[in-house]
Amino acid sequence: MNSIKPYLRLAGLEPLIIRPETNFVNVGERTNVTGSKKFARLIKENKYEEALSVARQQVESGAQVLDVNMDDALLEGVSAMTTFLNLVQSEPDIARIPIMIDSSKFEIIEAGLKCVQGKCIVNSISMKEGEAKFIEQAHICRAYGAAVIVMAFDEVGQADTKERKIEICARAYKILVEQVGFDPQDIIFDPNIFAVATGIEEHNNYAVDFIQATQEIKRLMPLAKVSGGVSNVSFSFRGNDHVREAIHAVFLFHAIKAGMDMGIVNAGQLVVYDEIEPTLRQLCEDVLLNKNNDNNEATEKLIVHAERVKAKGKVEIKNEVWRTEPVEKRLAHSLINGITDYIDEDTEEARQKYPRPLDVIEGPLMDGMNIVGDLFGAGKMFLPQVVKSARVMKKSVAILTPYIEQEKEDRRNAHIAAGTTNEETAGAAKILLATVKGDVHDIGKNIVGVVLGCNGYDIVDLGVMVPADKILEAAVREKADIIGLSGLITPSLDEMVHIAKEMKRRNMKQPLLIGGATTSRMHTAVKIAPEYELGVVHVLDASRSVTVAGSLLNKELKTPFLAELSTEYVKLKTDFDNKKVVKQYLPYAEALQNKVKVDWDQYQPIQPSFTGIKIFDQYDLNELRQLIDWKPFFITWEMHGNFPAILTDAVVGEEATKLYHDANALLDKIIAEKWLNAKGVIGFWEAASDGDDINVKVANETTVISFHRQQIKKAPGQPNLSLADFIKPANSTNDAKDYLGAFAVSIHGIEPHLKKFEEALDDYNKIMLQALADRFAEAFAEALHLHTRKEFWGYDSNENLSSEALIKEQYMGIRPAPGYPACPDHTEKYKLFALLNAEQNAGISLTESLAMYPAASVCGWYFSHPQSQYFGIGKIQRDQLEDYAKRKGMDLPTAERWLSPILE
Amino acid sequence: MQIKEELAKRILIIDGAMGTMIQRHSLEEADYRGERFKDWHCDVKGNNDLLCITQPDIIKNIHKQYLAAGADIIETNTFSSTVIAMADYDMQSLAYELNIAAAHCAKNAVAEYTAENPGTSPKFVAGAIGPLNKTLSLSPDVNNPGFRAVSFDEVASAYYEQISGLVDGGVDVILIETIFDTLNAKGAIYAVKKYFRDKGIPELPVMISGTITDASGRTLSGQTLEAFYTSVMHANPLSVGLNCALGAADMRSHIEELSQIASCYTSAYPNAGLPNAMGEYDEQPHETAHFIEEWAQQGFVNIVGGCCGTTPDHIKHIADNVRKILPRPLPIVETTI
Repeated sequence: MNSIKPYLRLAGLEPLIIRPETNFVNVGERTNVTGSKKFARLIKENKYEEALSVARQQVESGAQVLDVNMDDALLEGVSAMTTFLNLVQSEPDIARIPIMIDSSKFEIIEAGLKCVQGKCIVNSISMKEGEAKFIEQAHICRAYGAAVIVMAFDEVGQADTKERKIEICARAYKILVEQVGFDPQDIIFDPNIFAVATGIEEHNNYAVDFIQATQEIKRLMPLAKVSGGVSNVSFSFRGNDHVREAIHAVFLFHAIKAGMDMGIVNAGQLVVYDEIEPTLRQLCEDVLLNKNNDNNEATEKLIVHAERVKAKGKVEIKNEVWRTEPVEKRLAHSLINGITDYIDEDTEEARQKYPRPLDVIEGPLMDGMNIVGDLFGAGKMFLPQVVKSARVMKKSVAILTPYIEQEKEDRRNAHIAAGTTNEETAGAAKILLATVKGDVHDIGKNIVGVVLGCNGYDIVDLGVMVPADKILEAAVREKADIIGLSGLITPSLDEMVHIAKEMKRRNMKQPLLIGGATTSRMHTAVKIAPEYELGVVHVLDASRSVTVAGSLLNKELKTPFLAELSTEYVKLKTDFDNKKVVKQYLPYAEALQNKVKVDWDQYQPIQPSFTGIKIFDQYDLNELRQLIDWKPFFITWEMHGNFPAILTDAVVGEEATKLYHDANALLDKIIAEKWLNAKGVIGFWEAASDGDDINVKVANETTVISFHRQQIKKAPGQPNLSLADFIKPANSTNDAKDYLGAFAVSIHGIEPHLKKFEEALDDYNKIMLQALADRFAEAFAEALHLHTRKEFWGYDSNENLSSEALIKEQYMGIRPAPGYPACPDHTEKYKLFALLNAEQNAGISLTESLAMYPAASVCGWYFSHPQSQYFGIGKIQRDQLEDYAKRKGMDLPTAERWLSPILE
Repeated sequence: MQIKEELAKRILIIDGAMGTMIQRHSLEEADYRGERFKDWHCDVKGNNDLLCITQPDIIKNIHKQYLAAGADIIETNTFSSTVIAMADYDMQSLAYELNIAAAHCAKNAVAEYTAENPGTSPKFVAGAIGPLNKTLSLSPDVNNPGFRAVSFDEVASAYYEQISGLVDGGVDVILIETIFDTLNAKGAIYAVKKYFRDKGIPELPVMISGTITDASGRTLSGQTLEAFYTSVMHANPLSVGLNCALGAADMRSHIEELSQIASCYTSAYPNAGLPNAMGEYDEQPHETAHFIEEWAQQGFVNIVGGCCGTTPDHIKHIADNVRKILPRPLPIVETTI
């Protein structure tokens, strides 16, 4: 049974649920006339449209709730609040998040509540004017369905000590829950953050009082939340934002540990505790925690330090500490942290500082990216961060490019004028990447491109389905230093062998990198490396590509690296060759006798709800989203581990969580804006097996689907499996009809969005979108299989499995895909496609290597028999190959080529 | 509360469309006016709610047909019985009276049906509160997105008057339905809370039913289903659910989601499919019933029925198909994190 947790649930156009694992919730503070001069001016001048951009900026910088305050003596608060909130409601990108209606006048709060459809937070009510008024206001808030912030304020005054804070909050809680009927989770306390370091000794303990009170309030009332206006604490340092930001960061560090859930902050301007300069951080700690502070000693020290920092900054105290560093450091900081906000101005500053625009790239940008590369190599950064760094890099390079081009142009003109000629030579080593002919998969290749690009290489990406000829011509033309090939499906392996042979024939010199899901060290060693002596290297993942490229391009390292690798590959090949003899195979005729034991006489096949095909268009992406298997998604990003455990993993958890959030944000967008169309088709037909063939009856025609059978010698009692074993034989005495099903699904519409991301130099979202489209395709296959089991075929209508169990394939029946281990012949896809008319019905086309385009496509057969299971055919022998070719009517060399992965 | 006891035991059936049934009578302007409004200064044909006053027997008999088909809950014919919506016929002043009259039609139908069928299960009258023809979250003027055609206070007071008529007329439940702008619904919830607090009487159970307008999965005012749910939960409703706009096929994923997140009972009464080119609904009773039966089997729902285009025949099929299926169990609402 479901259970519903008592979380604080808020809503704008979208929900915001504050769970225990939710990080500190940032409430954007800039849409507050008392806190933002700019916002106040815009409202006073009636420039509401511009005022909206302040709100938008807060949302974009990560505010999860928007605080709106119109308390100004010169403003008509009720109408300003109403006008602004009505306008906010018409901006979906702002109205997405919940609103915090902030006023000291309850009439303004109520005016705000009348404008917002979502669940708001009222900021705030209190017992300042007695219990009766408090209760009345609470009832009104409840009637509008808002959560409330209760300020620790009573008839006596505002609570300053820890004890008073706790006492007032506990009293208010009891009244709200018992008399007004508030849900405890809808109560948020503001136990008052007051300024410290005012010079008045009584104020020195204010931060400590808040932190300790927070801890106790959370202990006594665990469902309630604690919030506060953080900037108050540093009020004594106004005018010195540098110190103020540091104080805020240190304060939050301790308050969040004590249980503070949310705070009103400038969402764009939070510094990281770890990044505060140590001296300043220590001084802030002392002041906030009231340590070493007899006779205001700590306070005095911080004031002195603050003055010094201010004087040193001279021109302008930047809001964030790192902004005060030299431009090189700032560029590095932006690169490492993936910040694009300042890249325009910093790049421009660097361009003016350095003699030539290219120097900026080769100097500070490359230095920054080298740090990124090192951190990535050392496991201190993760792929999603690296891709974000690359985005910053690309943006910066895009700014510099016109200047570089201009410079080239100027020089060329000068040469022409002087009658001399000149040829520009490229600086960085060039790596050419391509997905081989017949294959359409390029996520991994794109990631490798980004990672290598981050490490200073010039990347030429030829895209997907690139014929050998084109790859090798481009390599010559572009003077590539390395060629990298990628492929995901098994026929691509042969294409890679072919390219290696071609390279030898053309006397090429470049090392060849091999990568992609279907490739392996073993295959490279056994099949590809022997064809090309000048270096074939299998690269397991993007992070290894850097060291491999580094070794290959370093004159001193290259020879020993290749020599070592060659020894290793030769050993692998020898082992492989030796191993072959160990396995024993049965003659095919014998294997054919050792079928899966099925009692066909007693078997009653289930008749599908229809025969023929059923087409799906615009399939509900929301449903598919629920079925997404996240583990492979994280593997795409080179984060290995189980989902959702990976989100809390000690090492990658934080980055995995960020990635997951980004993915979900993109999913929201994809679904809301209907970026993608899930198209698919399923079909069921009467079928009977005949040996290792399955005869499928469509109308009055028979299509023969050919399968393989395991030929390796099995333990006694173990069958030699073939998929044909799971369909009732034609010669069975039982005359019930059995059926075979098939499906093909595809995700359409990705291209314009990829293009958009490419144009925005946003590899991160490009790869994200591709990865999500793949997940959707898999989820679609899962969804149709589920509905097939339960409804369309209905052979297991009582199935009730969790999504975890689905991922573990604990269901009945299977959906193997042609080209994969149980039925390794890709060319059977032609028949599957013909039966389903999948080209038209699912919009999928097959390449010459039988890859499906769009890349986010899945197809396969449906078997319903309860004994049907997934397995691998393993290697087959010559006799089976010949029999198979004959059954299929395929000539032997062609069969040999397609089946090479399973031949000895 | 009797309806709660029934919900714990079984899936309850809510009735189908009123408009479709009224159409079958091919009423003319004169029929709508009746004796009392024969000299009314503007046309009133199409003011279906008015029939509660001018043709109470027709309305009562439609209710009885739904009761006979197996409905446990019938909705008063008050979708537009507010001072705001009645402005279309210049009948603002009739709002309170229309609600009383509609409640009486429904109560009388229940009384007669129960007398004619002794021993029948308990029947409930839900006072239907519609969405209004003006919205609080959307501007009707594209050039002035901050403009609103109506204020929250006007909406809340219109609903307040409607609620007082429905309660005085004796309804058992308040049903806020076809919500495409959550803020309008919040106006209705506000009015419910205020009304019962003002009167000092216990609140009647409140049913809430939102409308997801298209495949985007959002309300017309732009909220996701979960955001909508979060925004109305302070009503502490008896049930929350979905109706209108979609046929059962398209509503499935939404009711499934709602069944996962709702801490109260869930309801769903879809249209009879999507309208055809003529604007008519042609999903057959057994088709609608098959979809809904599957929802019941999946444990998505506690209250089911039909909206636009559905008929007593649809309701009968639905009732027959879900009769033996257990209702969705209420989720455990935990009190600690």
